[in-house]
Amino acid sequence: MTRAGRLRTLSTTVAAALLLVSCGDQELPQNALDPQGPVAQKLANLINPVFAVAAVVFVLVQGLVLYSALRFRRRSDDEAPRQVHGNAKMELGWTIAPALILLVISVFTVGTIADINRKAEGADVVSVNVTGHQWWWEFEYPDRGVVTANELHIPTGREVALRLTSDDVIHSFWPPKLAGKLDVIPGRANFMTLEADEPGTYFGQCAEFCGLSHADMRLRVVAHTPEDFDEWVRTNAAPAERPTEGEAGEGAALFRQKGCASCHTVNGYSAGELGPDLTHLQQRKVFAGATFDLNEQNLRVWLRDPPGEKPGSLMPNLELSEDEITKLIAYLETLK
Amino acid sequence: MTTVLEPPSPEALTTAPADDTGLMRRPTEPQGVWSWITTVDHKRIGILYGVTAFIFFLAGGIEALLLRLQLAKPNGTVLGAAAYNEVFTMHGTTMVFLVVMPLSAAFFNFMMPLQIGARDVAFPRLNAFSYWAFLFGGLFLYSSFLLGGAPDGGWFGYAPNTSIVFSPGHGIDFWVFGLQILGIASTVSAVNFIVTMLNMRAPGMTLMRMPIFSWMTLISSFLILFAMPVITVALFLLAFDRNFGANFFNPAAGGDPVLWQHLFWIFGHPEVYILILPAMGMVSEVLPVFSRKPLFGYPVMVFSGIAIGFMGWGVWVHHMFSVGLGPVAVSAFSLSTMFIAVPTGVKIFNWIATTWKGSLKLSTPMLFAMGFVAMFTIGGLSGVTHAVAPHDRQQTDTYYVVAHFHYVLFGGALFGIMAGIYYWWPKIFGTMLNERLGKLNFWTWFLGFNMAFGPMHILGLQGMPRRIYTYDDSLGLNVWNMVSTVGAFIIAFSVSVFMFNIWHSHKRNRVQAPGDPWDARTLEWSISSPPPHYNFAEIPTVHALDEFWHRKYTEDDDGRPVRVAGSPGSEGDDAAHDDHGDDDHGHGIHMPSPSYFPLVAAFGLPVMGYGMVYGRSSGQSYVVVVLGALILLGGLFAWAMEPSAEPEEEGQEVIEPATDDQPALVTAGGEEPAPAPAPEESGS
Repeated sequence: MTRAGRLRTLSTTVAAALLLVSCGDQELPQNALDPQGPVAQKLANLINPVFAVAAVVFVLVQGLVLYSALRFRRRSDDEAPRQVHGNAKMELGWTIAPALILLVISVFTVGTIADINRKAEGADVVSVNVTGHQWWWEFEYPDRGVVTANELHIPTGREVALRLTSDDVIHSFWPPKLAGKLDVIPGRANFMTLEADEPGTYFGQCAEFCGLSHADMRLRVVAHTPEDFDEWVRTNAAPAERPTEGEAGEGAALFRQKGCASCHTVNGYSAGELGPDLTHLQQRKVFAGATFDLNEQNLRVWLRDPPGEKPGSLMPNLELSEDEITKLIAYLETLK
Repeated sequence: MTTVLEPPSPEALTTAPADDTGLMRRPTEPQGVWSWITTVDHKRIGILYGVTAFIFFLAGGIEALLLRLQLAKPNGTVLGAAAYNEVFTMHGTTMVFLVVMPLSAAFFNFMMPLQIGARDVAFPRLNAFSYWAFLFGGLFLYSSFLLGGAPDGGWFGYAPNTSIVFSPGHGIDFWVFGLQILGIASTVSAVNFIVTMLNMRAPGMTLMRMPIFSWMTLISSFLILFAMPVITVALFLLAFDRNFGANFFNPAAGGDPVLWQHLFWIFGHPEVYILILPAMGMVSEVLPVFSRKPLFGYPVMVFSGIAIGFMGWGVWVHHMFSVGLGPVAVSAFSLSTMFIAVPTGVKIFNWIATTWKGSLKLSTPMLFAMGFVAMFTIGGLSGVTHAVAPHDRQQTDTYYVVAHFHYVLFGGALFGIMAGIYYWWPKIFGTMLNERLGKLNFWTWFLGFNMAFGPMHILGLQGMPRRIYTYDDSLGLNVWNMVSTVGAFIIAFSVSVFMFNIWHSHKRNRVQAPGDPWDARTLEWSISSPPPHYNFAEIPTVHALDEFWHRKYTEDDDGRPVRVAGSPGSEGDDAAHDDHGDDDHGHGIHMPSPSYFPLVAAFGLPVMGYGMVYGRSSGQSYVVVVLGALILLGGLFAWAMEPSAEPEEEGQEVIEPATDDQPALVTAGGEEPAPAPAPEESGS
């Protein structure tokens, strides 16, 4: 029974390890063990050997426990084992040996800590101010006049310097394939460097419990080639064009009448500050804390009852009619 | 004694509390409900702690099952976001404060005085007060479910999410004052245990002859004594923020939410060792007994426990590696955290060495103890990976951490406590638990545990944050979440096997436990099972570590144990177990008398708590705080006026205690290092 039980655990563990290794990144968009940039790579360079050392100790200790349980089982009630009360040399040995292993690990640890705390500098660096809100992300590019939400767009191969702060409670910014997490704290600014090797969309989400919809505070990092990134900036820095006729025009009017404008900025039309900037909403693939794909159907469901879709959402249920929703969506679809 | 079934009204107490002989007669029942309510016997209080904590364990377990049901599949709908946040907050708070701590306290209470050869703890009525405060604190916390919503800020209650701006309901208030009450209970009992262990050990029991479980009790009690005030201060600051508009944690007014994190974890990390050290002590008792060998390196085990206790104060920032405290602080705490693994590792190797070349009887307690060593090692190794701060930047606040601390607190603390339960059950209740059911209990526990929490390592590294009520299908986390949920239900099955075992062993197939069923080593096994209410007819004189073993065995030239002729438990001997505990006549041992007042005093605490909770929304409710304070003070006053022990019959000589609450007859045992003479009055 003992042997069977231990073997079962062992095989589970091995299977788990195998699956961990074999899973492709397509299926695991937030896999922290699949670094896609130099910052995450530095962490992985430390994580992998530490896991290897831990695995050796794991096998050693579990092997000893298992061996002891099997080899020294009582076979007769008359057994009288030698009464060993201790052994100073051995105990000293298994005090010093782990200490030495940890000493080696600590050298590399401190080196990496210094490395990842280095601030990105130079003319090439892209600066972004990140603000955490319950429950969405605001990204402001101060040198480029762009403000967007939930999707952080960056160029590949260039360091991105993030300045993180929060508008309400503590959040934590975590794009696992690009960097470890860093807390986003009201009243403080934290600094983080980010870099992606290849163009692509990288998933992430808030990692510090921040209230009701913590689970719905997700994010995407979209890496472009430098040329595409410049194009993206040009598009997003421009003000929005306001439609004046048709459903979209009526939607634009509703956007003011229904109070949308008092919370949302549309550059050149409204200047609300509580909710995400919608100037180029259609440039994004996701909305509402990167919880929903941006499409007509999802927008419709969302506008019917935001707090019903994302618990606690500050955006209230405005009791819009289906007709009003259709017009608003028509307007939102012009925000390209 | 039906005349005292009605406790006095609080008003009556506060107006005329002093005259205990006139107002209310001392409770004297030896049996029945009132004897339990008024008991000051450390063994009964231990059982009360154990039963209460087990009921809270079932509550916390049901919460865990709800969480796992919600997360079994992506976009789950079993609980909404609001309910999920309440349930995970209460699950953590319950398991830490209402389950593992009081389960340890149950064993501190029942076993520690027996292990050190005492008749009770130093302050028996204070001990009862601790229990009632714990019970009321737990009920107070749980009453929030019925009173508008449970706390939902996590067991860590990070500011500013717990401020009234972001948590306007009363849930957080219940959490704040519930923890304050529980903190009082823990601190008071820590003082009690420390005084007991330092002053009331049997003659000859030097500190380095004290059983290892009692040692871990001592270290744990010191940690409680120093850690609880920190959380108390933090909670008061939070209460001032919420109730009186202070701004300690409000960044908009110059306060600092990170201050809360420092205070919480300066408490919170020692708290981890408060939870694990008692279990380590239990395992250190079980392994030698079932290996038929002494604990390998007893002094090193003691000192590594002390080292862990000390170093536990210098590692709290490893809970905050993602806060952005700067490279110097992070490096320093990274190193200190790594090196706390050294004394922990020493313990693991010493446990293995204890079993090495022993004669291992794999009974249920031993299975749980060896399971502890194996599972706790995994928790320790993942702990070292947290110490590597850059490593931690990826895994903190993910399910990897959830896996880690469940391997420490479930694979560690609860495995150890289960070992302790199966080991000491015969001593506590005089009944053997069924071995076959016990083994089924262990193997389902072991399997369910590894299925529930093993996959969480993978989930965390694959990007699943903690405390999320839902996750999307696209993250590829479905399989392991389902496995984990199935594991949780296997644990639930295992717990029901355990409960069935208790019922079966007591009602169906009862086997009377002998005094020493396991051929054990420490003094609690030298008396009958269950122990008589006065514990020891004669206070034992201690000559060695593992005193009881050395009364039974001596070592031959080869270092192998040889039975001492005529020793307890050897053939033809029944001398050890002849003092059955049903009579307190004929010994003249005078034990502290039962009392109502610990209960009355403790009852004042939740009343004050409700006053504070509702005072925030309506100022008049603060009157209730005053009422609660009067109940507390009235109870304490009446308690102070009441002698610790009533004369039982005329003409009997009663030694009045030198200090309040000291059991009169067991005060002389504690001097060290020289054995003091046994108290002459005890055995006459």
